[in-house]
Amino acid sequence: MSARVPLFTLIRRLAIEAPFLLFVIALPFLARGERIELLGLNLSVEGLWAAWNILVKATLGAATMMLLASTTPITSILRGLQKLRVPSVIVAIAGFMVRYLDVIASEMRRMKVGRQSRGYEPRVLWQARALASSAGTLFIRSYERGERVHLAMVSRGYSGTMPELAAGEASTADWFTAFLVPAVAAMTCAAAWL
Amino acid sequence: MNALEVRGLAFAYPDGLQALFGVNLTMRRGERVALLGPNGAGKTTLALHLNGVLEAGAGSVHVGGLELKKANLKEIRRRVAIVFQDPDDQLFMPTVREDVAFGPANLGVTGAELDARIHDALAAVGMTEHAHRPPHHLSYGQRRRVAVATVLAMQPEILVMDEPTSNLDPAAKRELAGILQSLDLTMLMVTHDMPYALELCERAVVMNRGTITADGPTHEILANEPLMRANRLELPYGFDPSFSR
Repeated sequence: MSARVPLFTLIRRLAIEAPFLLFVIALPFLARGERIELLGLNLSVEGLWAAWNILVKATLGAATMMLLASTTPITSILRGLQKLRVPSVIVAIAGFMVRYLDVIASEMRRMKVGRQSRGYEPRVLWQARALASSAGTLFIRSYERGERVHLAMVSRGYSGTMPELAAGEASTADWFTAFLVPAVAAMTCAAAWL
Repeated sequence: MNALEVRGLAFAYPDGLQALFGVNLTMRRGERVALLGPNGAGKTTLALHLNGVLEAGAGSVHVGGLELKKANLKEIRRRVAIVFQDPDDQLFMPTVREDVAFGPANLGVTGAELDARIHDALAAVGMTEHAHRPPHHLSYGQRRRVAVATVLAMQPEILVMDEPTSNLDPAAKRELAGILQSLDLTMLMVTHDMPYALELCERAVVMNRGTITADGPTHEILANEPLMRANRLELPYGFDPSFSR
């Protein structure tokens, strides 16, 4: 909460792991091995442990991602990836994706408005057909935009490698803060082992 | 020496569509020229030849005396800057600053010199305070100005603009005109906006069906009614081209 992300927002976004948890709930009933009675249910011990492991790992992983995404500007994440020596092609692709997501989404919105203004107002499920045909058009448009962007890049001297993004240095205080969480985790592990 | 010398330029697209039939065009240093013509006349195709993005089937292009060929491509692209019609095509980096840095960085400029180039280019278009914003958070007029800055940072000799006023509101158009007038550059402006051409360019070149059909002072061309009609060009309602001269 020190990250100033509202708790409710975080929980709502965590809903993305719900489909995985459905599978997890089934585990204690289906797994083999030693069984115990719990609240009148006959459950597998191994299954319970497996379910717990998945639940905790998934929640921690998802929560970490949510925190990163909601506190760090995209450009900083891209610079971070570059500093972590992620191949520059991957960083460039991620950058382009972020840059053009809005452009493509607004193109999609315009196409939808175009459909609706010509009286196409189907119920949710029947949207699927129009969506499928629009997807093709959208792909062609995006492909053509890609070509134009490439022209613009070549015109400004692009010859196959992206210039490095300007990256800021992390201060000692930043490093200290960053290591706080792993340090606490390590101490917890150590305490459990002793 | 002429800033730009195009001789007998011909080009056909891979699908067989012939877009240019022997174009001749000479521009003196510091001249601002409007390139007028109906849709499909070959204006954009010509523009894309000036920095070697498209490769001519026949003819030659010289920029400041340097011939356009594979070996000179890098230098030609520094000298000839193209501002494309849709700023979303031109601004592809995560922030404005990085976008402006893209061109000079490709030319090998680094460090303090790069910072100075970025600063000067953004200052020239009045966008310094937006350097760290992502391009998609800017207004259309601001994006257009940043697009101009991205090519200014390469310190070009010729600025080629493809319909600089498209989709701009009148105020943004006027701001851009002020910026363009303040630049000491040879300029070729592809446009459908006749008043804008008259305001900014002393000379106009008319293109139709892949050739140059007229070349002269902008006010004379706009006032030549038969010529305008023959080339599918029209003045906006109520506009008198003799007004400002």
